Amino acid sequence: MRAKEIVLISGKGGTGKTTVTSSFVWWMHNNNYNFVIADADVDAADMHLLLKPQIKRKEYFTGKSIAKINTESCISCDLCKQYCRFDAIDIIDGNYVVNPFRCDGCGLCKLVCPVDSAIDMIPQTVGEWYISDTNSGKMVHAKLYPGAENSGNLVTMVKHQAHLIADEANIPYIIVDGPPGIGCPVTSSLSGASYAVVVSEPTFSAIHDMERAVDTAFHFRVPVGLVLNKASLNDKNAQAIKEYAEKKGIPFLGSIPFSKCIVDALVNGKFALEGCPELTENFEKIFKKILEEVK
Amino acid sequence: MKIAIASGKGGTGKTTFATLFAHAIRPSTYVDADVEEPNGHIFLKPEIEEEKDFSELVPKIIDEKCTFCGICADECPYKALVILKPTKKWLFFPELCHSCGICAYVCPVKGALVEVPKKKGVIRKGKAGNIKFMEGILNLGEPTPVPLISSLLREIDEKDQNVIIDAPPGTSCPVVETLGFADFVLLVSEPTPFGIYDLSLAVELTRDLKKPFAIIENKYNPDNHLLEDYAKKENIDILYRLPFEEEIAKSYSKGELPFERFEESLRQLYEEIKRRVK
Repeated sequence: MRAKEIVLISGKGGTGKTTVTSSFVWWMHNNNYNFVIADADVDAADMHLLLKPQIKRKEYFTGKSIAKINTESCISCDLCKQYCRFDAIDIIDGNYVVNPFRCDGCGLCKLVCPVDSAIDMIPQTVGEWYISDTNSGKMVHAKLYPGAENSGNLVTMVKHQAHLIADEANIPYIIVDGPPGIGCPVTSSLSGASYAVVVSEPTFSAIHDMERAVDTAFHFRVPVGLVLNKASLNDKNAQAIKEYAEKKGIPFLGSIPFSKCIVDALVNGKFALEGCPELTENFEKIFKKILEEVK
Repeated sequence: MKIAIASGKGGTGKTTFATLFAHAIRPSTYVDADVEEPNGHIFLKPEIEEEKDFSELVPKIIDEKCTFCGICADECPYKALVILKPTKKWLFFPELCHSCGICAYVCPVKGALVEVPKKKGVIRKGKAGNIKFMEGILNLGEPTPVPLISSLLREIDEKDQNVIIDAPPGTSCPVVETLGFADFVLLVSEPTPFGIYDLSLAVELTRDLKKPFAIIENKYNPDNHLLEDYAKKENIDILYRLPFEEEIAKSYSKGELPFERFEESLRQLYEEIKRRVK
């Protein structure tokens, strides 16, 4: 059977996605569950800082191709610049050049170019992905090079590798630490997921973003549950989040109080749950509920 | 001058700092380029005076003229079009389309594939006292925020002074697009291992882009030297610190910020950045 894929997202960054995910992983391991870990926040992957993976396999990730104009062959007809929808072609010192950060790699410039060899599409190495061993099991993670695009495809690759490992060893769960936002990397994280856990906090900003994240999950028909982190920060907003869950018909999985202990645990390189045993009940309730939900 | 407020990690306090800063140096312009999750409006509470759609062109196939040859689908680099030749049907997946225009270019039949605008988000403008406010809001499920960010930042007027651009999190294309418009970059970080690791990625990117930059330390705790040590090692200045206080977190949660408290010191910070940009 295909492994159940549980994805943690938040909309807003910094609500505690990775804190919850890493504690989830730590708890599952201590309770003898088998799982593969996937860090899909390839822009700013942080799980490895806690899980200290030993890299067993490293691969380069080739993203989209980017146009390159050969100055010698270019006849400066200007057609590529006129057609490019991404405004990626600049004239520098009289030469036509492609701005690699803006080029989307569609290749229209090459199609419209009247000279055979003036434009080449060059595949880009945009990151690396790894399969590693951790104390809690296998982990797939990646690093997107700064400034690179196509993180959605890299996320898809990370999840794909995690499923290959799970299929081979008959592992029932894949735990995915998702990226912030609602854009391409998030939709890639949600695509094919069995369950999305949205980690929120009782701040206006996080509520606003949570609603967008939940709607994005709905858009991809992924069932959702809500976790409220830093709950004690604002009772009124905490209540509003619970009411929102009820109104939307999504399960409220539980809450974690605002705690300096968690910050200290992370600063010392510990899992939140490991460093704050007084929060065991809070975390455990959430984790058990998630596993019930994905049954 | 345009200052971009960025950070590798989300939730380090970009918007907190950006709105405090825009308020301190008013008259100013605050631009929320985090179009996936724009939050600046929560704190600045602007009156919106203008809202316009952000659209891009997507294909529409005219059944009577289409010969279902399939060239558009074959050439689409994003696999957003499917042509079913036997049943003479076509499918379009708008969430995959990047509006590159190849389909229209390659279509051999005149008028069989036309491009029509599709709304992908909105750009809103308004005022919060003497802060000019601008933001972009991306529609859910859209593949890339870059064109909207680009369009939003082009709306910054040459006459707009003291421009603060609130950047998206991360270090990928949307951030590159945003930093491209800035004269100076402030990277907001926090003294945790996650914060510093993500900051190091943002530093790498900002250096690649050859933008002058400095660090803002948020959630500062005088007993914790993690960020200070990193900055020293990398030879980067920490130009400002916001303390780690539950009170600030609590007012933030209500959509409020202690604007007056940091006003004077933030004005001094602005003078310092001006000196550095000159």
